Amino acid sequence: MKVTGWVGIAAGLLILLSCAAAISALIGASGGAISVSGADFSAIRFTLLQAALSALGSLLIAVPLARALARRRFRGRDLLVTAMGAPFLLPVLVAVLGLLAIWGRNGVLSALMESVGAERLNIYGLTGVVLAHLFFNIPLVTRLLLQGWATIPPEHLRLGQQLGFGPVERFRLIEMPMLRTVLPGAGLLVFLLCISSFAIALTLGGGPRATTLELAIYQAIRFEFDLPRAGTLAMIQTGLCLIVAAVTMLIARPGEARAGMIHPDPFSPPEGRVLDGVVIASVAMFLSGPVLAVILRGAPALLELPYGVVEAAIRSILVALSSAILTVGVGMALSIGLVRMAELRPRLARVFEAAMLLVLVISPFVLATGWFILLRGHVDPFAIALPMVVTINALMALPFALRAFVPAVAMARRTDGRLADMLGLTGYTRLRHVLLPHMRGPAAFAAGLAAALSMGDLGVIALFGSTTTATLPLVMYQLMGAYRMEAAAGAALLLLLLSFGMFAVIDRLGKSHDPV
Amino acid sequence: MIRFDGAVLRNGGFSLRADLTVLGPGICAIVGPSGAGKSTLLLALAGFASIGAGRLMIGEQDVTALPPAQRPVSVLFQDHNLFAHLDVAANVSLGLRPDLRLNAAQKSRVQQVLQHTGLQGLSARKPAMLSGGQQQRVAIARALLRDRPVLLLDEAFGALGPGLRREMLTLVRTVAVEQNLTVLMVTHEPEDARAIADHVLFVAQGQVHPPLPTAEFFAAPPRAVADYLGLD
Amino acid sequence: MLRTTALFAALAAMPAQAQELVVYTYDSFTADWGAGPQVEALFEAECGCDLTFVGTGDGAAMVARLQLEGAGTDADVVLGLDTNLIQAARETGLFAPAPTDLAVPALPIEWQDDTFVPFDWSYFAFVYETYALDTVPTSFEELAQSDISILIQDPRSSTPGLGLLMWIDALYGDDADQIWSDLADNIVTVTPGWSEAYGLFLEGEAEMVLSYTTSPAYHLIAEEDDGKATAAFEEGHYMQVEVAAALADSDQPDLAAQFLTFLTSAQLQSVLPTTQWMYPAYEAEVPTGFDTLQSPEIALLQSPEVAAERRDAALAIWQDALSQ
Repeated sequence: MKVTGWVGIAAGLLILLSCAAAISALIGASGGAISVSGADFSAIRFTLLQAALSALGSLLIAVPLARALARRRFRGRDLLVTAMGAPFLLPVLVAVLGLLAIWGRNGVLSALMESVGAERLNIYGLTGVVLAHLFFNIPLVTRLLLQGWATIPPEHLRLGQQLGFGPVERFRLIEMPMLRTVLPGAGLLVFLLCISSFAIALTLGGGPRATTLELAIYQAIRFEFDLPRAGTLAMIQTGLCLIVAAVTMLIARPGEARAGMIHPDPFSPPEGRVLDGVVIASVAMFLSGPVLAVILRGAPALLELPYGVVEAAIRSILVALSSAILTVGVGMALSIGLVRMAELRPRLARVFEAAMLLVLVISPFVLATGWFILLRGHVDPFAIALPMVVTINALMALPFALRAFVPAVAMARRTDGRLADMLGLTGYTRLRHVLLPHMRGPAAFAAGLAAALSMGDLGVIALFGSTTTATLPLVMYQLMGAYRMEAAAGAALLLLLLSFGMFAVIDRLGKSHDPV
Repeated sequence: MIRFDGAVLRNGGFSLRADLTVLGPGICAIVGPSGAGKSTLLLALAGFASIGAGRLMIGEQDVTALPPAQRPVSVLFQDHNLFAHLDVAANVSLGLRPDLRLNAAQKSRVQQVLQHTGLQGLSARKPAMLSGGQQQRVAIARALLRDRPVLLLDEAFGALGPGLRREMLTLVRTVAVEQNLTVLMVTHEPEDARAIADHVLFVAQGQVHPPLPTAEFFAAPPRAVADYLGLD
Repeated sequence: MLRTTALFAALAAMPAQAQELVVYTYDSFTADWGAGPQVEALFEAECGCDLTFVGTGDGAAMVARLQLEGAGTDADVVLGLDTNLIQAARETGLFAPAPTDLAVPALPIEWQDDTFVPFDWSYFAFVYETYALDTVPTSFEELAQSDISILIQDPRSSTPGLGLLMWIDALYGDDADQIWSDLADNIVTVTPGWSEAYGLFLEGEAEMVLSYTTSPAYHLIAEEDDGKATAAFEEGHYMQVEVAAALADSDQPDLAAQFLTFLTSAQLQSVLPTTQWMYPAYEAEVPTGFDTLQSPEIALLQSPEVAAERRDAALAIWQDALSQ
């Protein structure tokens, strides 16, 4: 345990150090001075604009949806709420393909529009980027808001009924105060996520008018080999994310989470029942339509996938498993280190943990670019593309792993740790019998999460991937680029099945009772 | 007078049979083991739990199907009786108008009630700046303003220390007498019942037993009550 | 950790064929319907080696790709740059001179370059469906004033995109910004490569796509569809001459030279019109159907030096106009 803890701390320091190194390499590359061109300004403007619209739109739709879900009971409600967690694991490209099938110029809706004599829809550009962000973030915000609704004391709802509150008073006196505490944090979180959007802007953005900073970094490297420009853009991107993250942390008040499940308000008022139904049904359609479209279009193509897709899928599975193992290994060692550190130097441990969480704020592109600049001339980035992808994917999953591991390790030490001390258990025996039983569930969850996230990621691989290292998302992107939509849909369905399948299987390993 | 006529009260999956009359005005304490259905009884009276069979009369009125706001009833919960973002005056004013648009006469009534419940000078405070006892006084003030003949206390003072609890009970007793209220109070402390209740009503095993005069209840308790109270 | 290391090693598995020639090219060249498969079969039969095409996106991004990889690149030959990129490619210092005994190109322009070997050419043009357009624009100004929707490619990643930049620059010079801002509302989207744009066009996402005067030949010959045409611009059409070159650090210099020679051979040149759907760069048979294509009155082309000099300013104009 002692050794593992030190290894963990060392790994943590290494991670922080390599992040710092990447950033200083970028400062070096940008020449220290930030010179911003007109095109860069428009990238900054578009990044902020689409993120603001996405955040605002998510809130505007999620509030009535969460409200309807909070106060209505119906068959399938729990399923719907659970399904709202799924977009977190859904590969971005799968959603994009699904959205195109519904909202694209040749999509279902365009056909409808045309049949009533209206114009076909054009999804490329701001509309498409915001639409895709809404698809991913409405469920996220809805879940956050449902937690908010669960913090409303039932007494208040009853008082409202007794005092004869109408819909207006109910909203103003009971719901609004809760929303005021939850909405700013939720909005900023969405804003932050959308600032770092790459795959969506890559596929649905169009030209200089719809280029995010992440996309501009990619273009500066891939199209123009303009490292100073990439460095400058990466600096701006990191600065922006840090500012938003800092504001989010300042604003977000830890809500008094109530024990127990989210309970639907049992006294659903009769008024607004139809409206609630319409809201729930239309958002459910908006969210499920694209996924259904991918399943329907992909199923026939699944049996005749091109060899390249199968090969890429195997490669992706290996990448996903590697980054899951890396996440769990580093995460566990680091948690042991953090918990031991917290016993000796609590404040230092808190700072260290916060610093590790900040890694999440640094975009994968920024890290990859920085590392590339450092390694340039020593190694060919295309040759080490996959190890780099594994490492960066593991890093991105690490904060989630830490959130699951640290409490589990602390719990193990509090409970069985004393018994183990008394019995003189040390080293491997102690790890095996004292710590691991506590870690099984969290480890399987984190591994599943890391595997699924890594499986669906189209980020760094787009920067340094080539034919021999292409992962499934990259191959799917290339198929979409070549407009081989049948094959792309097949690849999308495969990607969908693999992402959710890996999460489900690995997560289940932690729940079975027989020792592995 | 409150009368349950062969009523079955439902709260989630739980059901409670009630067939009894509580005479008013006066104070009736509700005692019984936890989980027996004491709160369900109050929730049903206030209209928050449904009545599956039978009917509920308050005074001469059948309220079985009435929505909470139209029942002649006010409730005090143990917690969360106030809205945290409204000051004391606004929390009390809700008893008159939910949209808080009070005219001059209504405003002065609010001040009177605050005075009466010992809250003078606190009308601009937010609930977070009040003690637990003061918060419950605000809730009582609002109930007084609503002027409903039945007041329900759902362990309203359970979170307060013994001294403060006694003080609050005295306040309840005073206003009950002044306003001719019928008070039903759920309590875990037989002491409270002995202190201010005229009658005591026992709830156990899915059944509400008819109320007995307080002295009689404690002097010769039925078997189940004796077990509950730990008497031989 | 050990397990992870083993996985890394497995993942980074390198191709280990002895006599392998690696050719970097743009994606559409390597597609099943592109020239790649036929070129590969023909050349492998001739050299007895293994020819591997690596698709790297569209042509313009290839220079950046080579710079990213540096001298350690796996590529032996790069195929699919054009005259607008020759100067930038030359400046990387990564390329080796071509064999000196190559045939003389049969291009509409005079050709002299010791490194970059031309293999096909055509004119840039906007392709449309004849049934879909009532009035076909005859100049950029007419196109910009119309409400015709068009698809174009990113000049930073795609050679047609860069070609359009140079086309407008050659015609309008410093007034290009006006044309670009007028065109902005016609543009449905800017794709990273030619394949994406052409695919979107075929799916009906826009009325016109930037491609070549020779593109309708594909539909005519391969699909027996005479419904595609190109808009003839009276002010002239910009030319594209596609070139290939060997890399100086290639570990297969002889094979690379053999491949460049093969590219200029009559055998391969006669394959290009019906696979690349471009004109051959050397004397070769052109199939019937090509005679129906639009033949521009005025051919435009800037020299590699001028193109390189104008590129950054023209790109800045393009970015500014299109990001409004």
